[in-house]
Amino acid sequence: MAGKTLFDKIWESHLVHEEEGKPSLLYIDLHLVHEVTSPQAFEGLRITGREVRRPDLTFATMDHNVPTTDRSGPISDPISAKQIEALRQNCKDFGITLFGIRINSQSQGIVHVIGPELGLTKPGMTIVCGDSHTSTHGAFGALAFGIGTSEVEHVLATQCLRQNRPKVFEIRVDGERQYGVTAKDIILGIIGHIGTAGATGTVVEYRGEAIEALSMEERMTVCNMSIEGGARAGMIAPDQKTFEYVKDRRYAPKNSNYKEALEHWETLHTDPDAVFDKSLTLDARKIAPQVSWGTNPGMVTDVTSKVPDPNECEDTGRKKSMEQALEYMGLKANTPITDIHVDRVFIGSCTNSRMEDLLAVAKMVKGRKVADGVSAMVVPGSQLVKKKAEEMELHRIFTEAGFEWRESGCSMCLGMNPDILAPGERCASTSNRNFEGRQGKGGRTHLVSPIMAAAAALEGHFVDVRGWEIEKGI
Amino acid sequence: MGNRKGDLRYGETSKGIGKVAALDRMNVDTDQIIPKQFLKRIERTGFGEFLFFDWKYNDDGTLNEDFELNLPRYADACILLSRENFGSGSSREHAPWAIREAGFRIILAPSFADIFYNNCFKNSILPIVISKDRTDELFRLVWENEGYSLEVDLVKRSVTGEEINFSFEIDDFKRKVLLEGLDDISQTLELKDSIGKYEKLFVDKRKWVLPEERESL
Ligand code: SF4
Repeated sequence: MAGKTLFDKIWESHLVHEEEGKPSLLYIDLHLVHEVTSPQAFEGLRITGREVRRPDLTFATMDHNVPTTDRSGPISDPISAKQIEALRQNCKDFGITLFGIRINSQSQGIVHVIGPELGLTKPGMTIVCGDSHTSTHGAFGALAFGIGTSEVEHVLATQCLRQNRPKVFEIRVDGERQYGVTAKDIILGIIGHIGTAGATGTVVEYRGEAIEALSMEERMTVCNMSIEGGARAGMIAPDQKTFEYVKDRRYAPKNSNYKEALEHWETLHTDPDAVFDKSLTLDARKIAPQVSWGTNPGMVTDVTSKVPDPNECEDTGRKKSMEQALEYMGLKANTPITDIHVDRVFIGSCTNSRMEDLLAVAKMVKGRKVADGVSAMVVPGSQLVKKKAEEMELHRIFTEAGFEWRESGCSMCLGMNPDILAPGERCASTSNRNFEGRQGKGGRTHLVSPIMAAAAALEGHFVDVRGWEIEKGI
Repeated sequence: MGNRKGDLRYGETSKGIGKVAALDRMNVDTDQIIPKQFLKRIERTGFGEFLFFDWKYNDDGTLNEDFELNLPRYADACILLSRENFGSGSSREHAPWAIREAGFRIILAPSFADIFYNNCFKNSILPIVISKDRTDELFRLVWENEGYSLEVDLVKRSVTGEEINFSFEIDDFKRKVLLEGLDDISQTLELKDSIGKYEKLFVDKRKWVLPEERESL
């Protein structure tokens, strides 16, 4: 019998019921909830008179909609306020722990930042949330994926989910990455290679030297964007770094429970004789800092390269979508990427708003100034990240360089709160989606790593950070 | 795009008959289907009028005549034809809510993003995967023939129209869900005993999964 993949092991240990011709019923160990995709699910429970089966395995936060400026007063947008209030009431009525902007506010943050940070996310678990970037939690060797609101209701009521078994896609990244190349560049490079639908119907396991070398936070960046390649989930086998990261966190297992957990976690890796449904190998040495030029994350290229020319594309469908993208982005084919000027810089989102991201940016911008005409902001992923950064005085470095320093939340990643781009404004963003209008109607988003965004803020246009002295020390 | 009156019904007839609207774009993402400014509602309804909002309207609020779905010929279409990777991006179920409310019941495309595909079935929308060549052919037929319509038979898994006739694949269970309008949650709750049995594992084997709060923090 062939060995099992990491995915197989987690899938099989969570099967509650299987029946010929029906999707499998999978047990869910952790359900994360936020304000935008949950109100209709709770409403459904009320209408049918159902309870939340495991409020102890359900945790909520408010992140998408919350203001990132002063939160002591009432929220100015009445519809946002209503949605936030609905979550508060739902958590109260159904007995769910909430990390809100007034309740438990010291632990509020972007749902995918706080799960790991609080020790809720652990290896070997099944984790779902009504949010496609739930794939982030796969960095711990968990099976984590986004679901729709009807499924949120299903999980609330049953703690289970019906799923067809996906295929497993191995993506190996071998070799050592170059100086100035980050986890963000690795994942953008992968998506550029496979396309936005390249991993549809699969769960990706990232492996290889360059993946193993990543820190936990960097692994989260990689898994976070799995969905941008179409994957259901992304995962990385847990190792010593993972175990160390989880240990002693607020909700992590303690004492004998931790020992038991560890015994199990150590079995969570793909067996040497396991077979993947699909495999791809990339060379980390060949990955340069990436900059997206179009309107989906697959439209991405090396910083040393040029905006591609649709006329060189033979597929008519693809050609047309390139033309549409260039028109929307206000870019001309063959423009060198480093000639593209930016108006705004956004450091934040569940992809890149953790301590390591902020530290890297702080090192770059310390003692320097944001270029004239550029407005830049740093939005920490959680209140804990914010607190830690302030303890290290990073906020001073940011504000002295001309960045705004905000409260935690999704902010300009999707612009549901007042943080949006004006039409035509061009932004270097550390977030994960450059869709039309994502950061504001008519706004133009270029996805980059935190250090690439920082360099763009300082120079006013994209630059190759490999030529920079990044590690200045703080 | 408000009120489509296409004749489309499942149940007794299991057939959908209606006009086709062609949206010639790849990677139509859910941010486009329903832009974020409309996600703040706490109800399941009220999204239809905002379908494709940013494409549908110009900045000054007037109708964007260049956007194909604004063409009068598509006004009462209830079948949507599009290109690769339809529904990518955000998991927002507001996207199928908006599509359904705007009157579309069937979507034809060469591929769909996973979460969106699943969300469709929860909202009585049938997404049909068709080959790339078939897609090109359908686009041509729709463009050349105003009022072009198709008949989709969910039991026979067939699509029929002038000059075209093909069958499609669909998971049996998903098909059943659409045909019978099954309630997922009630079905799962019938397996309460199995769920309970699984949960007993927490007592001996999986204690570490349960979030146990540390007091010092
Ligand atoms: S930061 Fe952006 S991508 Fe992440 S959860 Fe928030 S809105 Fe979604």
